[in-house]
Amino acid sequence: MSVKLLYFAWVRERIGKGEEVVDLPAGVATVADLMTWLAGRGEEYAFAFENPKVIRAAINRTHVKPNAVIAGAKEVAFFPPMTGG
Amino acid sequence: MPVTIRLQSEDFDAAAEAASLTRGRTDIGAVVTFSGICRGSEAGAPVAAMTLEHYPGMAEAEIARHVEEAEARWPLFGVTIIHRYGRMVPGDNIVLVVTAASHRGDAFAAAEFLMDYLKTRAPFWKQEERPDGTAWVDAKATDDSAADRWAKPRQAADPRHAAE
Repeated sequence: MSVKLLYFAWVRERIGKGEEVVDLPAGVATVADLMTWLAGRGEEYAFAFENPKVIRAAINRTHVKPNAVIAGAKEVAFFPPMTGG
Repeated sequence: MPVTIRLQSEDFDAAAEAASLTRGRTDIGAVVTFSGICRGSEAGAPVAAMTLEHYPGMAEAEIARHVEEAEARWPLFGVTIIHRYGRMVPGDNIVLVVTAASHRGDAFAAAEFLMDYLKTRAPFWKQEERPDGTAWVDAKATDDSAADRWAKPRQAADPRHAAE
């Protein structure tokens, strides 16, 4: 399954890009699985996802929890806790 | 209910936005206007400027969801939310929330609710320019608890409405 990934704020800076399209291997079912898989893709990803508990995620532009299933997702985003307003 | 949600790099005019919400209406008895402004210091340290990053598409959608939630909770006659992105210097406007209702209690509560959710749920991130370099602003636990109180039953969350 191919999915578009988006990164924001320091997650984007650590990875070194704002977006990419990846082919997910079998076994990557949830947002938490995806973070674990991404963390293994290189030291910049490992740095971005070194503390997955603080990373927030959205699927198709809606906030989700780490146990959310990503099957059917067009767009998955990872970012730090929000600081707008 | 008229709803305006805008994300823009340009400045906004709070008075003009409030006026456009009430123009020609005689049912509105209360308008609350909240402006968030870029501060020149944070915890005693100077801030030269800040840059706001956002998630285009999701930011609008998330704000719209919270406006719908506010409309379901309070009898509102209009909401305008403008959130700027890009680089801002101290004194610049960052965010505007305008709520209109028959009575002030509903307008105040809805504006506070919307701001609390904007700070913790709308996908925006602030980066500050400090004397020792740029740094992403950490989320504040006090902002989370401010938003959490709205998750409780309404009367417990907002005692001002208990006697109405």
